[in-house]
Amino acid sequence: MPLLRDLTRKVAAKNAGPFQVTVDIFCGSDQAFDRVAPALETERVARLFGVMPQLMRRFDIPGLHVVKFSFPRPVVQGSRFDRDMHGAQFATLLEELDL
Amino acid sequence: MPATDAPESHVPATHVLVPSGVLGLGFSPEALACGVALGCDLIAIDGGSTDSGPHSLGTGRSKYSRVVCKAEWRALMEARAALGVPLVIGTAGTCGTDSAVDWMFEITHELAAELGQRLRVARLYSSQPPERVAEAMHAGRVRPLTPAPEVTPEGVEGLANVVALAGVEQVQAALATGADIVIAGRCTDTAIIAALPLARGAHPGAAWHGAKIAECGALCSTHPGTGVVRVSVDATGFEVEPMAPEAACTPHSVSAHMLYENADPFRLHEPGGHLDVTGARYRALDARRVRVEGSEWVPGPYTVKLEGARLVGYQTTLLAILREERYVTHARTWAARLHARLVAEVGAKLGLTAADYDIEIRLIGLDAAMGALETRIGQPAEVGALCLVTAARAGWADEIARLANPHLLHFPLTEDEPLPTFAFPYSPAQTGRGALYEFALNHVLALDDPMAAFRLTVDEIGPEGLRDAAAA
Repeated sequence: MPLLRDLTRKVAAKNAGPFQVTVDIFCGSDQAFDRVAPALETERVARLFGVMPQLMRRFDIPGLHVVKFSFPRPVVQGSRFDRDMHGAQFATLLEELDL
Repeated sequence: MPATDAPESHVPATHVLVPSGVLGLGFSPEALACGVALGCDLIAIDGGSTDSGPHSLGTGRSKYSRVVCKAEWRALMEARAALGVPLVIGTAGTCGTDSAVDWMFEITHELAAELGQRLRVARLYSSQPPERVAEAMHAGRVRPLTPAPEVTPEGVEGLANVVALAGVEQVQAALATGADIVIAGRCTDTAIIAALPLARGAHPGAAWHGAKIAECGALCSTHPGTGVVRVSVDATGFEVEPMAPEAACTPHSVSAHMLYENADPFRLHEPGGHLDVTGARYRALDARRVRVEGSEWVPGPYTVKLEGARLVGYQTTLLAILREERYVTHARTWAARLHARLVAEVGAKLGLTAADYDIEIRLIGLDAAMGALETRIGQPAEVGALCLVTAARAGWADEIARLANPHLLHFPLTEDEPLPTFAFPYSPAQTGRGALYEFALNHVLALDDPMAAFRLTVDEIGPEGLRDAAAA
């Protein structure tokens, strides 16, 4: 089975302020978007990130070939138990997801 | 001026030059020269954000090199003088506290002397006395956003620093003093770019949207590293153009920027309303310029966002590297046993309990970045044991780290084996990290008058020294 990174152009994650993270999946083409968007279940992404599914916001943007997820940071940015100040490693977890 | 598709209107385009996403990050001098040659009505650059964590806000200090910031500010002050337009920096000194504004003013003052420039400089202060925020909280004028940390008025009073994010109204007030340079404390990234177009009657949706697109400089183009873009806002829309000849803005590069660091790619909340870009249409004017129309500004109650940092303790770290294969294989067991030993030793020898301190060992090579979320399992060549010691009092973290030192160096996997010696990469093994801060607010403050929570001062500075012009 292909990994998400094999089907997309780029996955990027970044803080959206200290309390949220946003992950953008750039599919790169209509074809890739049509393959990835329906296969990527929000509940599965929520589990991967350790976030309750109802706190997950999802935006499917066909014009940009992008699927975007925004969610509360499991740990507030820069607090004692934060391991990744900018939240960028969430992208690598998602890239390695088996679709 | 290049040809434009802007319709005939009584509102001429307002051109804002944005040299880069933040002062200290660098920009192409050639691209800046192109921007100066093309001309603009204002130069605006951001000075920071919460992006690097709570330490800057906690201490009220810039995270960037002063030397680098001064060199870049010199280039911008020269560009400003050449064009005769105002230069604005927002969120000065990374965090935008009053101390950071004054740090930036000091740099400006030095440069005015070195460049022989005579200048009117406005300082916009955003720091909030914590007790005043606590009063506002009691009065019901502070509302939490989602998600927000739990905080009481008493908790707010104990914060190290609190700032409010200014919007366009406060930046416009600073510009209205006739300032050549505005040094603004904490404000929204967009406010310094949107302020002048809005003051001149440009389309509100276009002004805010154009500001959002240009806020990170050339990040909205094909060549982010070149830094400089120019955004032009008129009566119906905005246009954006990168200043480096090799860079291009395309409908894709521009529209994709709405995703960046934005939880909601269609809505952006600002003091006094929100921007809605659902109906935005992005059109290529040529190979490197984009025009956008159709964004809407939706007015709302006047609130400003608050940011606060709380001192949570003091931290000292240690790092040991495990290379022996057996220790690498059993690193988790080793770390758990070491942790138990350290807790016992700290209790027995220093008399400290769990309420006084915390020790955490993160295993670099296994899951130091992801923790429990890590999904990839492998066999690394080596494992770094990063030992984080956090304590309520400044001296304790250092004492605990010194106590931990020999254990971290020699702790065996089992009782009946020769003591191992791991790799300490440097001496001393412990690194004092000083005070540790946490973000403590994600709230908004309601204001009847936008200036009620902000202060403005104006000074005339020049080669011969400082003269106070007026204090508003």
